[in-house]
Amino acid sequence: MAASTQGDMSAPTMVTQMTDSASAPALRFNGVSMVYPDGTHALRETTFDVRPGEFVTVVGPSGCGKSTLLKIASGLNKPTTGSVDVDRTKVGYVFQDATLLQWRTVQRNVELLAELQGMAKVERRQRAEETIRMVGLGGFESKYPKQLSGGMKMRASLARTLVLDPKVFLFDEPFGAVDEITRERLNDEVISLFGRERFAGLFITHSISEAVFLSTRVIVMSARPGRIVAEFAIPFDYPRAPELRFDPRFAELAGQISHELRGAHS
Amino acid sequence: MSDFSETVGHAHHDADILIHEQAPDLELQLDAAPPPPSTARSRKGMLVSYIGPVVVFLLFVVFWEFMHRWGMRHLLDKRPQLLPSPVTVIDKSFLDANVRHQLIAGLGWTSYAAFIGLAITIVIGMLLAIVMAQAVWVERSIYPYLVALQATPVLAIVPIIYSVFGGGMNSRIYVCVMISIFPIVTNTLFGLTSVDSSQHDLFTLRNASTFTRLFKLQFPAAMPSIFTGFRISAGLAVIGAIVGEQFFREGEKPGIGIVMEQFRQKLRYPQMYGGLLIASLLGIAVFFVFNALGKLVVGHWYESTRRT
Repeated sequence: MAASTQGDMSAPTMVTQMTDSASAPALRFNGVSMVYPDGTHALRETTFDVRPGEFVTVVGPSGCGKSTLLKIASGLNKPTTGSVDVDRTKVGYVFQDATLLQWRTVQRNVELLAELQGMAKVERRQRAEETIRMVGLGGFESKYPKQLSGGMKMRASLARTLVLDPKVFLFDEPFGAVDEITRERLNDEVISLFGRERFAGLFITHSISEAVFLSTRVIVMSARPGRIVAEFAIPFDYPRAPELRFDPRFAELAGQISHELRGAHS
Repeated sequence: MSDFSETVGHAHHDADILIHEQAPDLELQLDAAPPPPSTARSRKGMLVSYIGPVVVFLLFVVFWEFMHRWGMRHLLDKRPQLLPSPVTVIDKSFLDANVRHQLIAGLGWTSYAAFIGLAITIVIGMLLAIVMAQAVWVERSIYPYLVALQATPVLAIVPIIYSVFGGGMNSRIYVCVMISIFPIVTNTLFGLTSVDSSQHDLFTLRNASTFTRLFKLQFPAAMPSIFTGFRISAGLAVIGAIVGEQFFREGEKPGIGIVMEQFRQKLRYPQMYGGLLIASLLGIAVFFVFNALGKLVVGHWYESTRRT
C-alpha cells in the first residue's frame, strides 16, 4: 500500500483496517439495508464484496438503490441495518456530475481533495500535474471549468480523485450525461487506469455495454427495494481494446444481462 | 424582485451543454473548448450597445423640452416654470460657477454618507447572512425582522433616530444602512445556501470543517450573488443618504438633498433640477462601479446565463 499522506480522518466504528493481502476484500457490504426517513425502502439485505483488482459494476432499474450503495460505502449515508467494511481514507468517489468548483482552474480543482486532506502544497501540486497528464488534460491546467467540454470536465474530476491515490474507486454513473462517443472514450480511459492501478472498483451505470466493457463482475439489482438478483463474471482480459464491444461473446453476455434486467423490472 | 433575477440564473451553472469531445490529442481538444468571441463581432456588438442608450437619451431630452414648451400648459394645465427647459437647467446650474460649487460640495457630502453607510451595511449584512446560513431555524427567526426593517418608513422613527444618533451626519448614515441592508443579506444568504449538494458531499467526504466549507466552498460560490447584492444596495445607499438629508439637516455638511431643498425654497427650479441630475449621475456611477467590480472579481469563471 502506498504510503500517501493520511489526514485526520478518524475511522468510524464499523470500519476495519484492510490488510495488504490481495484476497482480503477492499470493500465489503454485510447485509446492508436502507430505509430513508421518508419511508422509501431503497435497499434490502445486500451482501457482497469487492477485492483489490476487481471491477464490479452494478446495473439495475432507476431508483433501485444503486447510488445508495455508494453513499453508504463512502460514509455519506449510514445504513439502516448491516455494516460496511472499508478503509475510508482510501476511498475515491467520482460523482454523477463533474462537481468542479467553477472558480478554480483545472489545476486547483484537481488539488482540492489533497488540499482538504492537508497535503503539503508542493507535493499536491506535483501530484495534480501528474494526474492531469494521466487523464489527458495536459496543457489545460490553467483553464476554468466553463472553458471545458463535458467530457473534459469528467476527466478533471477523475484526476481530482486520482490525486489521493485511492485503493477503492466508487463511480456514481459518472458518464451518464455525456454523449455516446465521449462515453466510450472515457471508458477506455477508466480501463487503462484500472489496468495500471488495479484498484478495487465499484461502478454504477444504466448502460449494459458500459458494464460489460469495464468490469470483472456485473451485479444486477432488482427494482426497489433493491437486492441482488444475478451476478455475471466477465472473463475478458485487460487491457481491453475498444473493438471488444463488437465481439460476439460480448454481445452474448450483454444479452444475458439485459434479460435479467428485464426480469428485475417486474 | 429584480435582485433575484441574476442569482436565480446562477443556479443553472450545472446544466452544461456538452460539447462533442475530440480525440485526446492537444490541438484537437482545444477545438472542443468554446471558441473565444471574434473581435469583429464584439466590435459590432459594442457599437450597437452604445447606439441604444444614446438614442433613448436624446428622446428623453426631446420629451423634456416638449413638456416644458407645450405639455405642461396644454396637457397638465400647469405653469411651465415648474419644469424648466434642459438648456436652462444646464445654464443656471452647471455653467454657473457658484451653483456648481454648491452642487459638487453637496454631492461630496451625500457620497460620504452613502459610502460609509454602504461599508457598514456590507459588514453587518454579510455577517448576518453568514449567521443565518448556519441553520434554517436561525434564518426563519431573523428573516421577519429584516422584512419589518425594510418596510418601516423612516418618517415614523425620525424621533428615535434623532435621539440616538443626533440631527446630522450620523443619523443620515443610519438611514443609509437601514434602507440598503436587505438586498445584501438576501443575496449573500441565497448564494451561501445554493451550493450544489454534490459539491457539499465532496467536502463532507474529506471531513472539512464548517470554517473550511464556508471559505473554500460557500463564499466563492456565492460571489456572483454577493455582487448582485452590492450593486443593488449601493444604489439604495445613495437614496438612503438623500432621504436622510430630508430629516437630519444639522451640522455643516449639507448634502445634495439639502442643497436641492434650499433651491426649492427660493423657487430656483433650474438649480434644483441640476441637483437632481447630479444625484442621478451619482446613482448611475455607483451602479456601474459595482457592476465592473463584480465582473473583475468573478467574470473569469462565472458563466452568466443572462444575455449579454
